[in-house]
Amino acid sequence: MAQEITTNQLRKWLLAYAARIIENEDHLTELDTAIGDADHGVNMRRGMGKLQERLRDEGHSEDVSAFLRSVAMTLISGVGGAAGPLYGTFFLRAATSPTNGSSIDLEQLTQMFRYGLDGLQQRGKAQADDKTMIDTIQPAVEAMEAALAAHQSAAVVLAAARQAAHLGMKHTIEIEARKGRASYLGPHSIGHQDPGATSAYFLFETAAEVFTITGAD
Amino acid sequence: MTKPGSAITQSLRGMALSHPDTIKVHFDPDFVERLAPAPSGKVAVVKGSGSGHEPLPIGYVGLGMLDAACPGPIFTSPSPVQLLAAVHSVDRGGGVLFVVKNYAGGVLNTELTIELALQEGIDARYVLVNDDVSIPKVANRRGLGAATLACKIAGAAAESGYTLDAAVEVTRRAVAASRSMGVGTNVNTLPRNGPGENLADDTIELGVGIHGEPGEVRSVSKGMPEIVDLIVHPILHDLPFASGDRILLLISGMGGTPPLELYLFSEAIHELLAAHNLRVERQLIGNYLTCLGRGGYTISLMRLDDELLQLWDAPVHTPVLHW
Repeated sequence: MAQEITTNQLRKWLLAYAARIIENEDHLTELDTAIGDADHGVNMRRGMGKLQERLRDEGHSEDVSAFLRSVAMTLISGVGGAAGPLYGTFFLRAATSPTNGSSIDLEQLTQMFRYGLDGLQQRGKAQADDKTMIDTIQPAVEAMEAALAAHQSAAVVLAAARQAAHLGMKHTIEIEARKGRASYLGPHSIGHQDPGATSAYFLFETAAEVFTITGAD
Repeated sequence: MTKPGSAITQSLRGMALSHPDTIKVHFDPDFVERLAPAPSGKVAVVKGSGSGHEPLPIGYVGLGMLDAACPGPIFTSPSPVQLLAAVHSVDRGGGVLFVVKNYAGGVLNTELTIELALQEGIDARYVLVNDDVSIPKVANRRGLGAATLACKIAGAAAESGYTLDAAVEVTRRAVAASRSMGVGTNVNTLPRNGPGENLADDTIELGVGIHGEPGEVRSVSKGMPEIVDLIVHPILHDLPFASGDRILLLISGMGGTPPLELYLFSEAIHELLAAHNLRVERQLIGNYLTCLGRGGYTISLMRLDDELLQLWDAPVHTPVLHW
């Protein structure tokens, strides 16, 4: 029987994500000061505060799609800047992926990330190696899909996603920005890790932590 | 400043007080809506824009032009929360047309707003304004004065009962027929010892954006005719405009240029256009699209056809345009 992730586990994942972003606010600010307009840490922290409030509310929907849509709306209004609409789009599209109502299996979790990634690429018009959050999310989703096709366990699939996301995030140090404000710096953007790729990495880091611990076969 | 809220919020309150017969202001999320009732089924025209370009977009809210405008922070796009709140307020069942200047943030936030509106069953589309000929690659061209012109065309089309599709089509055509260029006057271009004299030290910055984006610094020694040549020729050659074309001319200051200088520029541009046998049928001169208080102006030309001329002449009642 495939492992099922309930809406409540998705909620725990996003609470862990919010906490991780808040812990890393200064780090994100530092990265964005080097190649952007220094607002990514503050914007994300503000949005994550709103997300925590929303997720701690009692009475949220048990339906996965409705839950993800509500996360999207919270991020759109709470984060602002370019990251708000981008993360908002990610979860808005993730909310349209197939579910079992109040839970998703591993394949559906992978599809959820795939839907989010496709929406993000369509909205932000960024490709791999443009030095954006795509450089983290795309390899992570591809690693999940490959591990899933190889019939790996949930723990292996999520570890693969985390590892690929980490490599992708580190890869942004080596490349020149072609999208976003950092692209104005051209070659001077090389040598700096992308702040969006960094905040996106924590999605997979916390997913690997939360889902493998709380999931039951 | 003892009142609560940012300078933008206070400025919005001031606008509401200054134009009580035309607009009403909503706060949190911030947007401005027209007071004149709009009939059921009318297409709603909405413009978001970073603040700092006033009177765009709020000065264009009213009968025959924008149904709503959303001001973002200085030079920063308004959020989908603002845009969607405006949509909810002005949607009359005929769909919503957004006029969007071609900047990454505006496009991103508008596309997301449209996705959210469509999910609610509200038909929404956008027209991209990319008239800045100083950028060679058309896809990267920024939106300048054609944003003002497109808002008028879209608003008139909507007021005359065009469907959303038809309003989008004619507004796109208006943008496609428009070309613009921005110029920064870093040093006073006014003649000090009479026109055309003692300007040897003066430079202009050709192709500046309206957010302080730099242009190409050119030295100009022969006064206004030379400046006009540098600005207008790229515009004329790009469309290209041809002898006999009917023109809508917009000369907009960037906020720090005195009217005297704008009219000085106007004389030179009219002479140049006449020399090319281009007929200025309609025109606007003044501050229509600004860059806070910087010195300089944007020049926009639209090639008119009968439909565009009719829509331009249609009644409008906004804080800035009214006829």
